Amino acid sequence: MSEMLLAVEGLTKAYPGVVANDHVGFGVAPGEVHALLGENGAGKSTLVKMIYGLVRPDSGTMTWRSEPYKPATPHDARKSGVAMVFQHFSLFEALNVAENVALGMEDPPPMGQLAERIRDVSGKYGLPLEPHRLVGDLSAGERQRVEIIRCLLQDPKLLIMDEPTSVLTPQEVEILFQTLRRLSAEGTAILYISHKLEEIRALCDAATILRQGKVVASCDPRERSARELAELMVGQTLHRPSRAAAEPGEVVLDIDGLSVESSSPFGTALKNVSLKVHAGEVVGIGGVAGNGQDELLAALSGELSSHPTAIRLHGRDIGDQGPNRRRELGLLAAPEERLGHAAAPDMSLTENAALTGMIRERLAGRGFINWGKARRFAEAIIADFDVRTPGPENAARSLSGGNLQKFVIGREILQRPEVLVVNQPTWGVDASAAAAIRQALLDLAARGAAIVCISQDLDELMEISDRFAALNEGRLSVPRPTHELSIEEIGLMMGGAHGMEVAHVEA
Amino acid sequence: MDLSAIDPLVLAASIMVASTPILLAALGEMVVERAGVLNLGVEGMMITGAVCGFIIAVQGESPALGFLAAAAGGAGLALLFGFLTQYLLANQVASGLALTMFGLGLSALLGQDYIGIKAPAMGEVHVPLLAEIPVLGPVLFRHDPMVYLSVALVAGVWAFLRYSRAGLILRAVGENHDAAHALGYKVVRIRMAAIAFGGALAGLGGAYISLVRVPQWTEGMTAGAGWIALAIVVFASWRPWRVLLGAYLFGGVTVLQLNLQAAGVDIPVVYLSMLPYLVTIFVLVVMSASSGRAALGAPAALGRVFHASG
Amino acid sequence: MLRLEKRPSPSRLWTGATPLLAVLLTMLAGGAMFALLGSDPVVAIRTIFWDPLFGEFAFYYRGQLLVKAAPLILIAIGLSLGFRAGIWNIGAEGQYIVGAIVGAAVGLAAYPTESRLIFPAMILAGAFAGWLWAMIPAILKTRFNTNEILVSLMLVYVAEAMLASVSSGLLRNPDGMGFPGSRNFKDYPAAHNAFLIEGAGVHWGVVAAMIAVIFAYVLLGRHVLGFHIRLTGEAPRAARFAGVNPSLLVVVCLGISGALAGLAGLFEVSGPAGQISIDFNSGYGFTAIIVAFLGRLHPVGILLAGLLMALTYVGGDAAASALGLPSAAIQLLQGMLLFFLLAVDVLANFRIRFGRTEAA
Repeated sequence: MSEMLLAVEGLTKAYPGVVANDHVGFGVAPGEVHALLGENGAGKSTLVKMIYGLVRPDSGTMTWRSEPYKPATPHDARKSGVAMVFQHFSLFEALNVAENVALGMEDPPPMGQLAERIRDVSGKYGLPLEPHRLVGDLSAGERQRVEIIRCLLQDPKLLIMDEPTSVLTPQEVEILFQTLRRLSAEGTAILYISHKLEEIRALCDAATILRQGKVVASCDPRERSARELAELMVGQTLHRPSRAAAEPGEVVLDIDGLSVESSSPFGTALKNVSLKVHAGEVVGIGGVAGNGQDELLAALSGELSSHPTAIRLHGRDIGDQGPNRRRELGLLAAPEERLGHAAAPDMSLTENAALTGMIRERLAGRGFINWGKARRFAEAIIADFDVRTPGPENAARSLSGGNLQKFVIGREILQRPEVLVVNQPTWGVDASAAAAIRQALLDLAARGAAIVCISQDLDELMEISDRFAALNEGRLSVPRPTHELSIEEIGLMMGGAHGMEVAHVEA
Repeated sequence: MDLSAIDPLVLAASIMVASTPILLAALGEMVVERAGVLNLGVEGMMITGAVCGFIIAVQGESPALGFLAAAAGGAGLALLFGFLTQYLLANQVASGLALTMFGLGLSALLGQDYIGIKAPAMGEVHVPLLAEIPVLGPVLFRHDPMVYLSVALVAGVWAFLRYSRAGLILRAVGENHDAAHALGYKVVRIRMAAIAFGGALAGLGGAYISLVRVPQWTEGMTAGAGWIALAIVVFASWRPWRVLLGAYLFGGVTVLQLNLQAAGVDIPVVYLSMLPYLVTIFVLVVMSASSGRAALGAPAALGRVFHASG
Repeated sequence: MLRLEKRPSPSRLWTGATPLLAVLLTMLAGGAMFALLGSDPVVAIRTIFWDPLFGEFAFYYRGQLLVKAAPLILIAIGLSLGFRAGIWNIGAEGQYIVGAIVGAAVGLAAYPTESRLIFPAMILAGAFAGWLWAMIPAILKTRFNTNEILVSLMLVYVAEAMLASVSSGLLRNPDGMGFPGSRNFKDYPAAHNAFLIEGAGVHWGVVAAMIAVIFAYVLLGRHVLGFHIRLTGEAPRAARFAGVNPSLLVVVCLGISGALAGLAGLFEVSGPAGQISIDFNSGYGFTAIIVAFLGRLHPVGILLAGLLMALTYVGGDAAASALGLPSAAIQLLQGMLLFFLLAVDVLANFRIRFGRTEAA
């Protein structure tokens, strides 16, 4: 490790109200797998965007093979040999695989030759891809392959991967790791961004830990325990959510043969989904993104209409009822997308409280809204769920992700639901807010509510759910008690390796 | 009523002339929309092109100079729209409407001294040999250069979008501007270029009305052609050759309607003059009712505001 | 270099100040335009913006102001509801024309009967016809997902063809010696939208516009429907989640704006215009779009914007006769106003920073 490939020193980048990176320094050697570890908002994304030329640092220096390195655009970065696999936002659904790959290359060969090279490289690394398929028709795992192939065709010296495993099944993660180890053995350095500690301990040679924009530690992750790493990352000891064991009650929500089409062109239809949810239990629904999670939430919240008998609440047919009728009956929901779906970004918290609270909190009489009452409801949510904001007149978009998520979940819980459906309740939320939200869900279940928690975070589901089922291409597996399941079994329920060729990699 | 007064050959030949303004404007707008921008100001850019082209053609006694000025005028107005929507992040629907109103006012002001003047004529180009083919010759190959240019532009745009890297980047920007930005493409600059191109073509289309079709200047003479061009883009599912088809279909209806009026057909004039607009509505309904294809053809980022948060 | 930075919440100060800034910029640019046209810019601007309010003949112009503002406000209030929900009715001009034709037809059919019921019947007919005309894009949008912007606009041209036809055909004055145009309602008291107070410019249309402003204010501020309209515009997915039926909202918003445009047409044709003629409409349906945006889609804002726009009409007429400014220059001035408003709008939602740009 004498000769560093990339060295970063004193890198600083400030945005209004927040210093995203504060004198960050670290180095990556050729062939090294280096982890950037930190919570949401710790500054990992800003840091790699500076390395990739998307954001210019305020101060500090970067050197690439002992030469000064100042990429003004991603084109410069790619010319130097830096490639990046994005967590999201870098594929074009209506274009085909080859076109998507060409867009990420500096001097792509003609389409015919490019298709050949895609087949070659994808075969070599065990990541099969058909160059002429539309990206919109691919699964999340396949889309990631497109990104990886795009990088590999450039023969990169440094490969940046931003949270690559959040969209993969455990089996697919294993295949990805084999690919990365092989690249590392061939001399490619990898900068691996994650907040998943076990992954980093399994894969990485070195780790730089960021907290609130500062480097708080550099270490060899294989020599530290996951707990030590977590405490470095969070800066405090976290207590795991606790719950009192309770006997499940009667069936409250009965989903029986639910099939609905998606409302978006590249969405996934639900196919014959059945599930019984009992009072006082938490049913966790796992699965890779894009396998029908949004559609399941919409079908349960009432945004998508289905056959009347496909969904029953307390034995009453509600499949064709709208969201407000379901709220009246006690079925509440909190969607994944906070800004624009669960809340209106430019509206005040008072108005956002009225968004779902109108019916059960009786905020309107004869069609006229009682804004005073709505404001008191918003204030109650802010107080009970420790939402950090100057007051309920502030716009939803002014809140941080964690605070807005506490507001959204709190808004539903305070309405005393009999059934609560949540999708990705802690996505993009800092650790302490995530712990608070999980605890609130468990407390709600302890008070006798039935909870359906859709999530792509397996650790979360293992932690809070009594039973686990997985969505795979719009179909729901038979739910099983969580404590009986191994990680391999869960992976198979989620669809295994989605047609990847494990053996091929080892050849 | 005397239908024999309508000569089918003359009718067919005049379709190409009647369609050219809308074809040019719709083709330009299609490129703009493929880049993810909805510019509803086509009518305003067309009328501005019509007046700029007319004034310069009269002053310089050259239709060719007029068309150049029309393209510049249309593009200039379009860049105003681009500045508002791409740099100041204004609402695209409102800005497009503003552009139309501004263009109508500007053209009326500029053109007030040119009412009643005749434009210098543009000669026909008979394509050698082909023009002598019976039936097809007079219909297809005895037109002014702008007719051929408009068809060539359709082919050019088609090849550009399908085969060139710049075309691929333009489509990518219209599909997902965040991803294009993340890969390092200059979303705003690419869109500004597309907007200017669309404005230039709308200007040419407008000038074709004032210099060839009519050929003189009257206030508001585009009479909704810009809006029809917008409808044709939807009809065409954002594909160049279908834009040609849509424009010629619409031109056909217009020409037929005018000929029927001239022949004194037993249908009240009011219904005949409504016909082009009613046909446009009907076509829009048919296209949007067969939802799947139309929805897939639309660029995903169409009309959305792009702001690089860094 | 300049750089935009999104504000965490829209600035209240700038939200109120931007329309004023836009007016100021329009005056500057308009002055430059008038200078180019050979008029003294200061005199021109004063003639348009000041004299009608405070000049020698203000007593006459002030009444004219209300007459011009009423249809603009009435139409713009209706449009603003749809615009707030992201439903773009661009064809108010068509609804306005059809409302006027049908309302006038009802009155003319009753000629020369004198009855107190005739004018109310005309009002109902005008509103109903405007509503019906707006239902065409509404139904096509909800049934077939057809773009309402293009359909409502195409229907303007259809309505104009109808207007041309009836003014020289069906509704032509039988005693008019073959000239196009209907009977004049000034000669038919039962159907005439006369001034309620002589010289003050207040007719029933002005009253209706005031009622519409109050109605919209209460609807948007306090009623669930108004909340749903705002929510749909801000975040359509959140609106669905809140239980809003988007199709119903399209029908309601287009219906209200169509009915109000039809009303405006009826009041105009039976009062200030006096008769159905091929060019009675004077483009209020399009100018109302500027009014709606200039008023920031807020009822009180629209009230003020309508008065301001009426001022440019009245002042423009005065400038045309006194200074010989072409009427197209006034049209251009109105277009500029909307442009400047859209341009300075950015200040409400973004901070402008000076400094190095991001690699964008």
